[in-house]
Amino acid sequence: MSMNRRQFLRLAGVSTVLGIGVPAVLNSVGGKMLEATQTRPDPRSLTAKRWGFVVDVSKLKTPEDYQKCIDACHNIHNVPDFGNPKDEVKWIWKDNYERTFPTATEDEYMNKEMKEKNFLLFCNHCEQPACVRVCPTKATYKRKDGIVMQDMHRCIGCRFCMAACPFGARSFNYRDPRPFIKKENKQFPTRMIGVVEKCTMCYERLAVGQLPACVEASNGAIAFGDLSDPNSEVRKVIASTYTIRRKPELGTQPSIYYVIGGKE
Amino acid sequence: MLEKALVGSKRYWLWIGALLVVIGIGVLQYLRQFTYGLGITGLSRDVSWGLYIGQFTFLVGVAASAVMLVIPYYLHDFKKFGKIVILGEFLAVSAVIMCILFIFCDMGQPMRIMNVILHPTPNSVMLWDSVVLAGYLALNIVIGWTTLGADRKGVHPPQWVKPLIYLSVPWAVSIHTVTAFLYAGIPGRHFWLTAVMAARFLASAFAGGPALLIILSLIVRKVTKFDPGYEPIQALGKIVTYAMFANVFLLGLEFFTAFYSNIPGHISPFTYLYSGIEGHEKLVPIMWTSSILAVVSLFLLVFPGFRRNENLLAVACASLFISLWIDKGFGLVIGGFVPNMFEGITEYWPTAPEAMITMGVWAIGFLVLTVLYKVAVSVREEGGFHE
Repeated sequence: MSMNRRQFLRLAGVSTVLGIGVPAVLNSVGGKMLEATQTRPDPRSLTAKRWGFVVDVSKLKTPEDYQKCIDACHNIHNVPDFGNPKDEVKWIWKDNYERTFPTATEDEYMNKEMKEKNFLLFCNHCEQPACVRVCPTKATYKRKDGIVMQDMHRCIGCRFCMAACPFGARSFNYRDPRPFIKKENKQFPTRMIGVVEKCTMCYERLAVGQLPACVEASNGAIAFGDLSDPNSEVRKVIASTYTIRRKPELGTQPSIYYVIGGKE
Repeated sequence: MLEKALVGSKRYWLWIGALLVVIGIGVLQYLRQFTYGLGITGLSRDVSWGLYIGQFTFLVGVAASAVMLVIPYYLHDFKKFGKIVILGEFLAVSAVIMCILFIFCDMGQPMRIMNVILHPTPNSVMLWDSVVLAGYLALNIVIGWTTLGADRKGVHPPQWVKPLIYLSVPWAVSIHTVTAFLYAGIPGRHFWLTAVMAARFLASAFAGGPALLIILSLIVRKVTKFDPGYEPIQALGKIVTYAMFANVFLLGLEFFTAFYSNIPGHISPFTYLYSGIEGHEKLVPIMWTSSILAVVSLFLLVFPGFRRNENLLAVACASLFISLWIDKGFGLVIGGFVPNMFEGITEYWPTAPEAMITMGVWAIGFLVLTVLYKVAVSVREEGGFHE
């Protein structure tokens, strides 16, 4: 078989692409991928089938009560403070009733106290998370214990998850966050430019037997436990009190329940 | 054949030079964005997609519109499109390249782009969008180059191209459907959560893309010796007219559902876009510009007497193109983010660097288009065409 130079180059090109490309694709699709596991979990670690929160806002009385929870989280997680809403990064924050439950609003006769009541908002760690469904790289994924995790090293910064999250729980590093961290906690990683971040339910604290930072700082206003366990504290509160969740009509099954309380 | 793009008149090189200047400015601004981050744009926590993603969405439509030439020519044997099908295919190539570049510009961590392939995630629409876009780009390059090469030699295109051409028809529909699914499957964004989103996308694509093609054909006739012909342009004009009516009809359906149902979440994005909410009305002037241009274009297109006048047809197509560019390349994306998930209002407007990067990408698209059209037109000028 004879071939001219053009045919030879074409053949060489095609075989190079196939030779390098096909094994690479087969390896990643069909091959056995390693799963990161610990050889032995820390005996102190807290475990559950589905972690959840009950936030009793009647127990959060002063602005300081809210701020303590917010600071506890933001300080240990190296959340930057840019000082402007455009670049803002936040994991937990407070907002009023209308903005927390926008689909339940439009009630001009609602009592004033409730209208002005503030709520603590953070990632709902949904049972059916829309953010996980849309992420093109599995940078955000749901753990077996219900935590919706965020891998800031894999995130490509496409912000599809921010479009998809109905709760506005996600922030993007529009700028380099490191100069805007007040006091760096060396125990927790900082982030780089161009990745999405959010509340990760203090997975690093659960792993060593500590409660999430906001729960610890809330002075009993935030209950934390296993939603799949009928005897857990959270389930007992949900069973005995009227609770609401944000935007339940969207079917994402949020894992944060709110007790509005009021006058009892 | 590429060598034909290396010889040209002074005017040709001036145009190339001008494009390179705009590209250069865009690249410099992109380098600034690369170091500073996307904070250099007007994007925020509340409006996290903007001009880049809007342009991407719009250009997917332009790319898909090549099928409006392929179907009549290859499936219905409408011979008059024979000479200009190549213009549609090459337009698709440059549009898809711009789409890919806009996605790249919008990424927070562009160096990690291969993660989409290294960690393929079938439940993410974005994976499928990248698959269909890459496939569509390959199809149009192969089909366009092969058929043009055959034309140059005055022979029939090889048989193996035919199945690829037929494949490109559903493939074109798929790129815009999948792109619509990026939006239409998201819970909680009322403006996007509509079953007619993909249909709207296709209708606006089949109006906007061929409208651009008409303008390009008229330019080609003016600056080269190749005449795409009066009749093919008129046939395209009819396609544009039907598609634009379908598009406006579908938009009307959105208005009806939102306002007759009276559900606040469905109404508020429309209110924001067309009349503003509580003094936030940055988009109101451009959305009305879009609406008025749409009416103007339909008025000129619907009466055959106007449409047959190529000058009026050009005005109609330009109005239509700008109208859709605003509506789909901007309003559609921003309307999904305003009001935000808390029914609050954060407005968005592109910054100067963002606009320059956007123009840079368009300039790259035009450069690719110019080179490809130069090759195609040179082949046609030499009389190369085989029925």
